[in-house]
Amino acid sequence: MTTIASHIVNAQGKVNGKRRQGPTFLMALPAVLFFGLFALVPLGGVLAISFMEWNILGSPSWVGTDNWDTVINDRPFTWRALTLTLIFVVGSYLFQAPIALLLGVFMAGQQKYRAFLSVLYFLPLLFSSVAVGLTFQSLLSPYYGISAALPFDWLPSDWLSNSDIVMYVMIFVVGWCFIPFHALLYQAGVRQIPADMYEAATIDGAGRVRQFFSITLPQLRYTIITSSTLMLVGSLTYFDLIFVLTGGQPQNAVRILPLDMYITGFSANNLGHASVIAVILVAIGLTMSLLLNKFSGSTKMESDKAGA
Amino acid sequence: MPRTLTLRAGTAGIASFSLFALAACGGGDEEASAWILTGGGWPAIEEDLERFNEDREAEIDVEALENDAYKQQIRTAVGSGDAPTMIMSWTGGALLEYVEQDRIIPLDGNTGELDDRVYESVWQNGVVDDSVYAVPLNDVQPVVMYYNQEVLDEHDLSLPETWSDVEDIIDALGDVEDVDAFSLAGGSVWPAFMWLAYLTDRHGGEEVFQAVVEGEEGAWDHESIIWALETMQDLGDAGFIRDYNAVDAGQNEDAQLLADGRAAFLLQGSWVYATINQDFPEFADSGNFGFTEFPVLEEGAGDPSNIVGNPANFWSVSADATEQEQEVAFDYISEHLYNDQAVDEMLEAGSLPPLNDIGDRIEGSEAEEFLSFADELVGSANHFQLSWDQAISPSEEQAFGDNVAAILQGNMTPQEFVDSMNSQ
Repeated sequence: MTTIASHIVNAQGKVNGKRRQGPTFLMALPAVLFFGLFALVPLGGVLAISFMEWNILGSPSWVGTDNWDTVINDRPFTWRALTLTLIFVVGSYLFQAPIALLLGVFMAGQQKYRAFLSVLYFLPLLFSSVAVGLTFQSLLSPYYGISAALPFDWLPSDWLSNSDIVMYVMIFVVGWCFIPFHALLYQAGVRQIPADMYEAATIDGAGRVRQFFSITLPQLRYTIITSSTLMLVGSLTYFDLIFVLTGGQPQNAVRILPLDMYITGFSANNLGHASVIAVILVAIGLTMSLLLNKFSGSTKMESDKAGA
Repeated sequence: MPRTLTLRAGTAGIASFSLFALAACGGGDEEASAWILTGGGWPAIEEDLERFNEDREAEIDVEALENDAYKQQIRTAVGSGDAPTMIMSWTGGALLEYVEQDRIIPLDGNTGELDDRVYESVWQNGVVDDSVYAVPLNDVQPVVMYYNQEVLDEHDLSLPETWSDVEDIIDALGDVEDVDAFSLAGGSVWPAFMWLAYLTDRHGGEEVFQAVVEGEEGAWDHESIIWALETMQDLGDAGFIRDYNAVDAGQNEDAQLLADGRAAFLLQGSWVYATINQDFPEFADSGNFGFTEFPVLEEGAGDPSNIVGNPANFWSVSADATEQEQEVAFDYISEHLYNDQAVDEMLEAGSLPPLNDIGDRIEGSEAEEFLSFADELVGSANHFQLSWDQAISPSEEQAFGDNVAAILQGNMTPQEFVDSMNSQ
């Protein structure tokens, strides 16, 4: 009780600013242990395996930096996988962010049928990704899918086997699954914006578009940062749907790093190389999150709600 | 009040159930276990294992996995010492590796009368260094050519006996819209292995691929393999169904295309007979559903009686299982495997167990026509080639699949294919 009480006092008045604030480290212990056991220990293991040769069945043997040398210098596909990953991450972001933002703003409003439509938008979030994958596989089948059902000759029928379009198909399907989640974040963010700001703006003669750009967007900036971080890091490590729908085919056109790691490790049975890819992936992911955190200034995030 | 009570009882029930389920997952030390596949004849195998459990009050815990998922997970499980008691394989490269790494135990003396009952050519697949390491558990799976008689009649075609007949058929169907000669699930890639194996065998005989399996230097770079790859790319231009690279075998789209009359033929494993009867009964009962052998290549060096496929799926017993678990597995293998009821069920489904004592039971069975066809095919085959992806070493399997996919997509020349495979 005293901790909480002093915390409140501190937060409000900054009475004794020098003392360490907040709950004791003890309370974080279970989470830290959990994180250590299920994230740090395996990470150490992967780092160790990246210096070994191991085909899963036999026993691993130490090969020094051979794996690293091969994966980075002698394996052209590593760089192709990196490029594909970049295209996928950027493409996913450009597709998901605007739609999620607009949907979120719409869902926070008071329009007719809003609740009903929100439920529909929300649905993809409830489906398992394997089920979504199999459903889209059927939908995109050249003979038994939408292309066969619709009378448009210009529709491609080889959605999943044409290496020129399969990347965009993946960006679309993955976006379809994740836009609802981000829309939900934005909806919550918009609901937090005090209504009097809009009232004042209306009195000043600002129209809807102006209100959106001058009030909604700036007020949502922390939500945008959160959602963007989740989107970028999420698509960097994305695996399930792409694996179910394509397995990296055709012509490895969507074999992004996480998939490349899995195929190298568990189909080609080369855990050493797969671990190198995994470590590269971790390094990129961590760098990206840290940079996002730094440049977005989330460390000095402050409340900017009226009255706070 | 009663409502709250029910709610509480329900919550408690769910909670205790989850705990129980968790315990069941974590425990299982005393139970033998077996992993099988889904689809085809596998549900019948699962029922047979359940019957064994009931009869013997034994516990073999059965888990069914989808084909690709199984291949990837079984290796990790075996490698980490967490393998199921009974390990299913297709023999070939994977079985050799299990034996080399001492992951499975010899079954000599624990196979009951099986070695007298099973066809020698099938039995030999499970023998490594004169010891039995694996026993067949289901049906012989030769790859055969299915056809749709209605399509043949409509376009005035007859069954191809030679490769030039095939070329005539492709020509005849060239101008026909919405009908192609061969359905192929190129999206799944593995159905194309069957084409590669048959074409190579017809052109150069079984020795060509045998040299690859035995690891001979540069064995992939053989004129027969190159001819087979070239022929596949020609079929890709005309012969295989349009957009074959987008057709998926996991959802049986290749069989559906045959049933729907979009293709005249389908080269697939014998399990597709059951699939078509189950999933497309209208076509199966229409009298238009037929099956025949792979055509002869006129000037090829291969024996035209050679067939390709899987001799069967096989059981091995894990070296990491406890003695009690191994005993349960031995019991199942020596006393229960291929029991009368299981054999009858296989025959009923049109699956042919590799047994030499069932001739009289095929007669009069519902799938008699297909069974005697398969029996004849297997019985008279000079050589039964195990599927290439299973026969090669598991470390080459991924590259092989990727390269065949590249051939199908026209992304690699036959010479690049064999060079790449030689460098594996």
